Amino acid sequence: MNHIHTVAVLSIIALITLATRALPFLVFGSRGEISQKILYIGRVLPLAVIAVLVVYCLRSLNLFTYPFGLPELISMGLIVILHLWKNSTILSVLGGTACYMILIRTLFKI
Amino acid sequence: MQKKNFKFALEKTAPISFGFIFLGIAFGVLMNEAGYNFVWSFLAGVFIYAGSMQFVMVSLLASGASLLTVALMTLLINSRHIFYGLGLVEHFKSMGKKYPYMVFSLTDETFSILTATEYPEEIDKKKASFLIAIFCHIYWVVGCTLGGLLGPLIPFDARGIEFSMTALFLVLLINGLKEKQARIPALIGALSALLFLLLLGPEKFLLPSLTLAVFLLEVFKKNIEKTGEGKV
Repeated sequence: MNHIHTVAVLSIIALITLATRALPFLVFGSRGEISQKILYIGRVLPLAVIAVLVVYCLRSLNLFTYPFGLPELISMGLIVILHLWKNSTILSVLGGTACYMILIRTLFKI
Repeated sequence: MQKKNFKFALEKTAPISFGFIFLGIAFGVLMNEAGYNFVWSFLAGVFIYAGSMQFVMVSLLASGASLLTVALMTLLINSRHIFYGLGLVEHFKSMGKKYPYMVFSLTDETFSILTATEYPEEIDKKKASFLIAIFCHIYWVVGCTLGGLLGPLIPFDARGIEFSMTALFLVLLINGLKEKQARIPALIGALSALLFLLLLGPEKFLLPSLTLAVFLLEVFKKNIEKTGEGKV
């Protein structure tokens, strides 16, 4: 484990996260108006990124060899149903994760 | 007086306290599985304080991603913060010494609490909103640290716990899709990711897909803005 690399990663994430939070305050302080372009991107990019991240989480999924991605797909189905039904983030995350952990130990041993 | 503000902030943040602590624990456990003990989870919780990004950080650390990748990923994932700040500029700027901390601690959840809260007359708005921000931060740090500490103590093997990250992003996606205007952007993201996943494979597709998504969002700007008629 390379501690210098870890510290560097943590610091970069912390600083850039802070920068994204501070930007509107800094811009409003000096120039008075934030560019329409940034506003538009700030509004529509988050959902596109979330969709990319869902794919990213499933990047190693293999649909053509056992277990054909079934533990993931079934758990995700459960999450969608749970979330549309109860609309509770915790319940959906907890339920989906538990379902996945059980499936890979029972029905689809991997 | 002080006590009233304290109680008010506690009540307002109670609904999300459980969520923050639970997700924080999941993060701490994941970090632990990846070989980073509770000190790292604590530091991440204190200084980064951004849920989704911390989850992504675990896989970036595990895959030994380059610092440039880390920087770009952070910028793209947290770009939504830019939008949050806009509604709170006046409120925060009136807060004097507390102003920098309010900016630093602005998360999705604190944003939604702060913008939805009505402050009764007997409550000091500046003190109460500062306490709201601090409480949320504390819940998160407690969760992250607890997860890091509990990780090694879990009596069964935690294989599969990493699915909590998939679950979280899927839930965020479902929440986002309730807004009509988010549908084309989500589709753009999913298709860009799938395209580069097929072209480049699971190790290298992330940055190209995000870049393509930004480009396509610009290309389809008119169509996207049309779906959100009347919205800012």
